[in-house]
Amino acid sequence: MSEKILVIGESRDGVLRNVTFEAIAAAKKIKSDAEVVGVLCGNENLESQGQEMVYYGADRVVTVKDDKLASYTSEGYGQAVLAVIEGENPYGIVMGHTAIGKDLTPKIASKLESGLISDAVDIDVDGDEVVFTRPIYSGKAFEKKVVAEGLVFATIRPNNIPSLERDETRTGDVQEKIVEISDLRTVIKEVLRKATDGVDLSEAKVVIAGGRGVKSADGFKPLYELAEVLGGAVGASRGACDADYCDYSLQIGQTGKVVTPDLYIAVGISGAIQHLAGMSNSKVIVAINKDPEANIFNVADYGIVGDLFEIVPILTEEIKKLKA
Amino acid sequence: MNIYVLLKKTFDTEEKIVVTNGRIEDDGAEFIINPYDEYAVEEAIKQRDEHGGEVTVVTIGDEDSEKQLRTALAMGADKAVLINTEEDLEDGDAFTTTKILEAFFEDKEADLILAGNVAIDEASGQVGPRLAERLGINYVTTITSLEIDGDTAKIDKDVEGDVEKIETSLPLLVTCQQGLNEPRYPSLPGIMKAKKKPLEELEIDDLDLDEDELEPKTKTVDIFLPPEKEAGRVLEGELEDQVKELVSLLRNEAKVL
Ligand SMILES: Cc1cc2nc3c(=O)[nH]c(=O)nc-3n(C[C@H](O)[C@H](O)[C@H](O)COP(=O)(O)OP(=O)(O)OC[C@H]3O[C@@H](n4cnc5c(N)ncnc54)[C@H](O)[C@@H]3O)c2cc1C
Ligand SMILES: Cc1cc2nc3c(=O)[nH]c(=O)nc-3n(C[C@H](O)[C@H](O)[C@H](O)COP(=O)(O)OP(=O)(O)OC[C@H]3O[C@@H](n4cnc5c(N)ncnc54)[C@H](O)[C@@H]3O)c2cc1C
Repeated sequence: MSEKILVIGESRDGVLRNVTFEAIAAAKKIKSDAEVVGVLCGNENLESQGQEMVYYGADRVVTVKDDKLASYTSEGYGQAVLAVIEGENPYGIVMGHTAIGKDLTPKIASKLESGLISDAVDIDVDGDEVVFTRPIYSGKAFEKKVVAEGLVFATIRPNNIPSLERDETRTGDVQEKIVEISDLRTVIKEVLRKATDGVDLSEAKVVIAGGRGVKSADGFKPLYELAEVLGGAVGASRGACDADYCDYSLQIGQTGKVVTPDLYIAVGISGAIQHLAGMSNSKVIVAINKDPEANIFNVADYGIVGDLFEIVPILTEEIKKLKA
Repeated sequence: MNIYVLLKKTFDTEEKIVVTNGRIEDDGAEFIINPYDEYAVEEAIKQRDEHGGEVTVVTIGDEDSEKQLRTALAMGADKAVLINTEEDLEDGDAFTTTKILEAFFEDKEADLILAGNVAIDEASGQVGPRLAERLGINYVTTITSLEIDGDTAKIDKDVEGDVEKIETSLPLLVTCQQGLNEPRYPSLPGIMKAKKKPLEELEIDDLDLDEDELEPKTKTVDIFLPPEKEAGRVLEGELEDQVKELVSLLRNEAKVL
């Protein structure tokens, strides 16, 4: 029997995040002949989400359904996932390097006394060894890491390892596993939702990010217009969030979200290292800044020096023309 | 309250990275307290001032780590512990680090342990949750507010910008996110006092550990710098023309439109 790799799925508002599908592709990169087993926790929709994982390449899916799993908690999900691991005895585990992935995977690795390679952006197989590449020092360097002993356990950075094509002819079992989830000691009383609707920032192909240079909440409007014509998402620097021009859910960087879009347009952002940590892996970077010495130009592929309030509307118009 | 802070020293944020033979050069580099651990030190001091007790700062490192520990003492921590692995261990990973900390905490009866959300150098973000799991205590990561009342803790947790209002109980481990507080600078009297505060140095023998149990589970096989990016193109000419050129470059050269 072939060895198993578990992929822990993650949903938001009942819909699986793309990184779940990327994790399936990652599992296949780790071991092409492995049986990829999806794992889903929650209290509803698990059957259809499981089906979706199969369309993206999972061979089968195990679900754990319980009202105590309605929202993510490390305790609840920890119990569920550990029970599945015990039943399946996998060769490897993959999950997204998201808020939930970062919270859950170290707990599981620690319980199992296994290694864990976090935030991988690439996976190669070199003979018998699986080599993971991950950014270190805020993206100023990269390291290649291997598992020395035991479980091959990794989290992957969203938007770096392409998912397989969705294919509705793929079939696989989606089966519920009954797990007794004990009472939780840590309770979520309330969630203040800030994250805006629309494109998920960490999965967007195009990101328009505004900084303190945007000067006000109103100043963000032209950025939203540009994002709309490009089908992208709006992000921000810490500077813009701290100044209350936009919500913290838009923050990109070491403290905020890490994004790897095809196109990143930094508008009125100076390019502090903590900001670069969240976006320097973007495929193409454009900087718009009035200060020619701004550090953002050092990572940009293309730059325009000038007033963003003049430049952004012209850019929006030009792109509209192009798309017309 | 018996409060502990986990502190890692890291390269200064602005430090340039030089790689030789697959290793990062650290000769002459400036080291700082990992910025997220500064939030942890600050929060520990505040909680102690409110509830009484003692703040102990713990690091696994080498003899140079004393500098960062003294800074934390100067900020207001009461005691420091340096677990010096320089003589005994060659390699380590998050498993190793956690195993050492687990042994250290075995007899400590900590009420509250504060760690950083992530260390800005290796950035795995594993050590906090890993340690809590080993100690069998509750944990909450990326916190931006902490209120303790008796055995109950009310916490704001940042989840990619959403705020979760969480209630849990001590003993507890939290990891600190930017926004939790503004770390104070050490005052001059603080720096003077810090010199006389207790700093205990331990080796793995003192923790009844031996090298075999600490073998890392993962191994770094190479470190490299990202390919030198060609200097970006800063466009010139009339603004309108620059924008037109940009659009054309994005479409034809970069092929992202
Ligand atoms: C522990 C820690 C974690 C951090 N985490 C993050 C993080 O996750 N994300 C993050 O972004 N930051 C983070 N920071 C903060 C970071 O250090 C910077 O302070 C922040 O990124 C600055 O934001 P900014 O570039 O918008 O502002 P500024 O540095 O003030 O830059 C504004 C820029 O706008 C330009 N500008 C002004 N007006 C115009 C105009 N009309 N047209 C064009 N350009 C204009 C200026 O030339 C300037 O370059 C962190 C800091 C610490 C200590
Ligand atoms: C014996 C030994 C040898 C090592 N050798 C190497 C090496 O050769 N190359 C290399 O790159 N790394 C080495 N390390 C470092 C080790 O890989 C990391 O420290 C460990 O994996 C923690 O991961 P991180 O840095 O990603 O921290 P994170 O998990 O991101 O850190 C989160 C938080 O955990 C706490 N924490 C993390 N590290 C420490 C610490 N040392 N002491 C106290 N609290 C801490 C801090 O509060 C920190 O904010 C070694 C470690 C040990 C113990």
